Amino acid sequence: MQKYVSQIHRCFRCGYCKFPTDYSSFNCPSYRRFRFDSYSTGGRLWLIYAWSKGEIEWSEHLAEILYACTTCKNCTEQCPMKFAPDIVDWIVEARNDMVEKGKIPPRVARFFEAVYGYGNPFKQLRSARAAWANGTKRYASGDEYLLYVGCLGSYDENGQKMARSLVDILNASGISFGILGEEEDCCGNEIYMLGEAGLFQNLAEKNSQKFKELGVSKVVTLCPHGYNTMKNNYPASGGNFEVYHYTQILSDLIQKNKIKPSRAKAKVTYQDSCFLGRYNNIYDEPRQILQGIPGIELVEMERNRKDAFCCGGGSGNFVTDLLAGSVDSPARIRAREAYETGADTLAVACPSCLTMLTDAAKAEDLDDKLVVKDISQILKELLSAR
Amino acid sequence: MPLPELKFDRTKCAECQATSCLVKCQYMDFKDKDKAKKEWQKVINSEDSSVLEACTTCYACEEYCPFGNHPFYMIVERQEEKGILPAPRPIVTMWINQCQPVGRFMVGKVEERALSYCFLPHFNTLVKGKLFDGIAWSVIFGQEFFCNAVYLHYAKASVIKDRLPKIVENIKNQGIKELVCLHDECYGTFTSLTSAYGIDTPFKPIHYYEYLYGRLKELKDLIKPLNIKAAYQRNCSARLCPETDHYVDDIFGLLGVERVKREYDRENALCCAEVLRMARGPVLADDVQKRNIDDMVRFGAEYCVFNCPACWDSLAHKVAKQGIKPIHMIDLCKLAIGEEQALRLPELVAEV
Amino acid sequence: MTTTSALYDSLVKIVGKDFVSDQKEERYFYARDGGLMPPHEPDFVVMPKTTEEVQEIVKLANREKVPIVPKGAGLALTGLVIPQLGGIVLDMNRMDRILEVNEKAGYVVVEGGTTHGALKSYLQKHHPNLRHSIPDSPPIATIVANAVIHGQGRLSQQHGFNSDMVSSLEVVLPTGELCRIGSCSVSSYWFSKGPPLPDLSGLFLGWFGTTGIITKLGLKLYPCKKMRDVMLFLTDKAELVPDIMLRLSHTEMVEDVVVSAQPLPLRFRGTFWIMAYITGDSDEELEFKRKMVWDALWEYFESRDVGLLSTSPEMKAPLMSMPSKDLTRFADVSKGGGFQYAGPITPIEKFPAFIRKLEEVATKYNVFYASTARLIDAGHCMMFSFSFSFNRANSDEMARAKKALDECSKFALEEGGVLWKADIYEQRLLMDKMDPNTLVLMKKIKQLLDPNGIMNPGNWEVK
Repeated sequence: MQKYVSQIHRCFRCGYCKFPTDYSSFNCPSYRRFRFDSYSTGGRLWLIYAWSKGEIEWSEHLAEILYACTTCKNCTEQCPMKFAPDIVDWIVEARNDMVEKGKIPPRVARFFEAVYGYGNPFKQLRSARAAWANGTKRYASGDEYLLYVGCLGSYDENGQKMARSLVDILNASGISFGILGEEEDCCGNEIYMLGEAGLFQNLAEKNSQKFKELGVSKVVTLCPHGYNTMKNNYPASGGNFEVYHYTQILSDLIQKNKIKPSRAKAKVTYQDSCFLGRYNNIYDEPRQILQGIPGIELVEMERNRKDAFCCGGGSGNFVTDLLAGSVDSPARIRAREAYETGADTLAVACPSCLTMLTDAAKAEDLDDKLVVKDISQILKELLSAR
Repeated sequence: MPLPELKFDRTKCAECQATSCLVKCQYMDFKDKDKAKKEWQKVINSEDSSVLEACTTCYACEEYCPFGNHPFYMIVERQEEKGILPAPRPIVTMWINQCQPVGRFMVGKVEERALSYCFLPHFNTLVKGKLFDGIAWSVIFGQEFFCNAVYLHYAKASVIKDRLPKIVENIKNQGIKELVCLHDECYGTFTSLTSAYGIDTPFKPIHYYEYLYGRLKELKDLIKPLNIKAAYQRNCSARLCPETDHYVDDIFGLLGVERVKREYDRENALCCAEVLRMARGPVLADDVQKRNIDDMVRFGAEYCVFNCPACWDSLAHKVAKQGIKPIHMIDLCKLAIGEEQALRLPELVAEV
Repeated sequence: MTTTSALYDSLVKIVGKDFVSDQKEERYFYARDGGLMPPHEPDFVVMPKTTEEVQEIVKLANREKVPIVPKGAGLALTGLVIPQLGGIVLDMNRMDRILEVNEKAGYVVVEGGTTHGALKSYLQKHHPNLRHSIPDSPPIATIVANAVIHGQGRLSQQHGFNSDMVSSLEVVLPTGELCRIGSCSVSSYWFSKGPPLPDLSGLFLGWFGTTGIITKLGLKLYPCKKMRDVMLFLTDKAELVPDIMLRLSHTEMVEDVVVSAQPLPLRFRGTFWIMAYITGDSDEELEFKRKMVWDALWEYFESRDVGLLSTSPEMKAPLMSMPSKDLTRFADVSKGGGFQYAGPITPIEKFPAFIRKLEEVATKYNVFYASTARLIDAGHCMMFSFSFSFNRANSDEMARAKKALDECSKFALEEGGVLWKADIYEQRLLMDKMDPNTLVLMKKIKQLLDPNGIMNPGNWEVK
């Protein structure tokens, strides 16, 4: 029996989970989007409890409520109870049960099928995985880092731009690294969060094994989602390597003056990725990179750092998009919030945030006023300008 | 089992000419030695004495007595006998309940040499970095290991006598041979209180100053002299182990810190005064704190170095208001080896 | 009567498809609250955005004789928003705008679903010299619902019930008309809920949504001083507590007085913790008030019956936070996710008797207890909570907790207390004891305002 079954009744539905620290607005992406209490963390936990006791039957609506959670961990941050650190685990465990019983929303099922069959959630060919790479060197023994690009970096139009930028910067800084190219597989972070424990285990073991065979001792990821799972879940599946998010590497390079971006002229605000921030306490490094660029004025959105509002893309929602379709979709709210700071650029450090917020800026008709760019892209442009 | 009894040598007091225990007291007025001696005899003889009412429980007479005859423990014994409450009854009740052992052993990965956090959560914050390499996980904390000396403030020697043997047993049962006490209260308990009450201490207490001094010598290549002037806030329980005071000078010497020669240091130190506030109310406490901090300012202290976390709680924000940086001794050592101060003042923003 | 699906379509027409649900999951959740009252499902959950939408929904419900239950955050714990006869639950959370702050007249106008948390945050940012009386319920509690149940907050010692601080209302009557109450009915200012007019706010405050739906509310704001502190006094004598509370109140310098008692953790056992909150714009002001508080209790300090507990800044932080997360945490002391309290409003002289009863009942039913008493309106009364935690996964413990609560409520009533936010059974107890002519008046008012009995039926149901 999963642990959540014996614990989940402990939620008092007090509603702290809906808020950021200062209570100024709603910070739970799915509650903010749908506004029924059932879509808040408290609602979700009570419904899971009801389902586990047989008080309500499974329905597609119930499954959607469960999967509309982006596992952004705002609730964990805000819940006053001692069990707060376990909340997301409970949700993931409940999803495990739904997956086992074969009862999941069709969009999530398609996500699993795609990763199972193609190694990515987009049903893109494995052979096309390195189409972005433009001759980037494959990892070879002796390279310091394996650059793990991930599915979004490999296939998503925005993600590919990020990947190319990062490769250029790493090349310019003289770091020795290589990619896996067509050999790369899905990292499994979303698979884990969506509750397909078996498939995740498979991916984690396969990837760990591959890294081991290649003699990889340090991995740098493009994507915070991959960073998170490799850092926190892989060790239990035999992963034995150091893992960095690229912002950690770049902030170090900037601080040590190993890359020197030229002067920019921009007012930039930054979107914390949940899997960097709340999951792994990486708040400073991305900001240090931006602040290390002369001429960039960094302005914060009202909700930032541990109170940052999720873009709505987590837990596979950058594909399944269960929160889409409304002016209240989290990414659109966030795009408006970024614009309100007076920034001309919304910087991200995550391909999921990048694609969610780029689309949102368009939907909000802000795309000519607010450029959404990954930090790697911003930096890359200032290096080539030299 | 009968409770242990205080070993007290009346003949020493009879022969004593100075009665330093009372004459030197900063909170009672006994300039007249004869009067002091008479009054002290009343205490010893279980007669009513103004001393029992006037004692602020600052521990200092333990240090003033040149014979090591435990005048303070004697006062506490007599206060309890006569039902005199140095602090309001509900405060005493709260303390007795709060620290009652309940069988909840909070331990790290305990080894033969271990750190005692006593019952002070501050050490969770303070114990970090190179100073504690190789020992940081070997920790005991909480009621089951609480030294109980605090009941000296509450005329409850009986609680100490009742609980302390079991505490000693608990520590021994952890397999601890050397206990690095991060608080004078603990160290003083295991060097002074246990022997005064004839309780066997089957492990070696080590004062954390001695530990720090040793570590700093090992790390001396890392030390960058701080070149600062600091006031030292000497705490009440330091009176139980005055023999350790030289480590303050030794450590300051290594770190390049000048211990300002102010009025209220060493034997003449002033209590942090929160105990006085609890016992006597605000007038005396405010006066003592003001005199103490003014003294730090007058002698040009840039930092106030704390030994006791309770002193930190009562004085840190007050010295900061006067422009003096509060810092715990452990953090001071960290600063000198290039690490960060861990125990800091919380933002004193009134949340409204 | 119109079919359910036709009703659904009508509701969708009013608020849009996204904001109506007739699905099992929403019906399940909105059928219950965090307390111990039995659940009952609504047929629909509807979330209006505007007053006009509320009017449309009410008119529809009135025409179709469908029950309608306006809901804030559902935190009363006594089932006041459980739709006893089904129908529509109106979740007001989308009506969350803060419409106006009048700094000089010291009030704010908010919509019917604005939360206390949002108002606190808004005032801190935009009007740092002003504050409102924040209750200790979680920040999701709405200002309107809190006023409707006569909640109390951090300024209740000085300014009375939070409902006393209402300074005007806009109400949708059960028949759909929009009605303004107080100064805003004749003026553009929202400074008074009644005076100098006939005070009609009493037709809505305390009625648990049975007489109308408040869509806008003016709330009085008070000075927000730069500094705030808490002095924590302990006594072990329950019989002294009323006098201590009165002495503190007498200083006219204490903004809030709260007394708590609980047997665990051990440090709480055997003593009553009295928190006196003071504020000041300068150290001098704060220091003066500290002195006044000390003076007020000096006699008890000298007799050693009352002591001040020195508190480190870290210890103070949770006592100072508004709302208090610690109170919410009580729900999980037995790792069970539940607590409920009976909170009679009562003369403060009853403190010792109530504490005795609480301990007796907790022992009798083997449940874990706590109590928090808050002084209201300069000592005219207090809220005394008989709180019991329970494990939601333990039906036997839940049943015992409920029995304990019922016994405490009955006791409080016998002792001359008046039950606060009474559940439907406690409402009957109250009405059984009530002056018959008062009951007739209540009945007439309800019949006049809500001829079809659609508003939160089951509550304040005069036979």
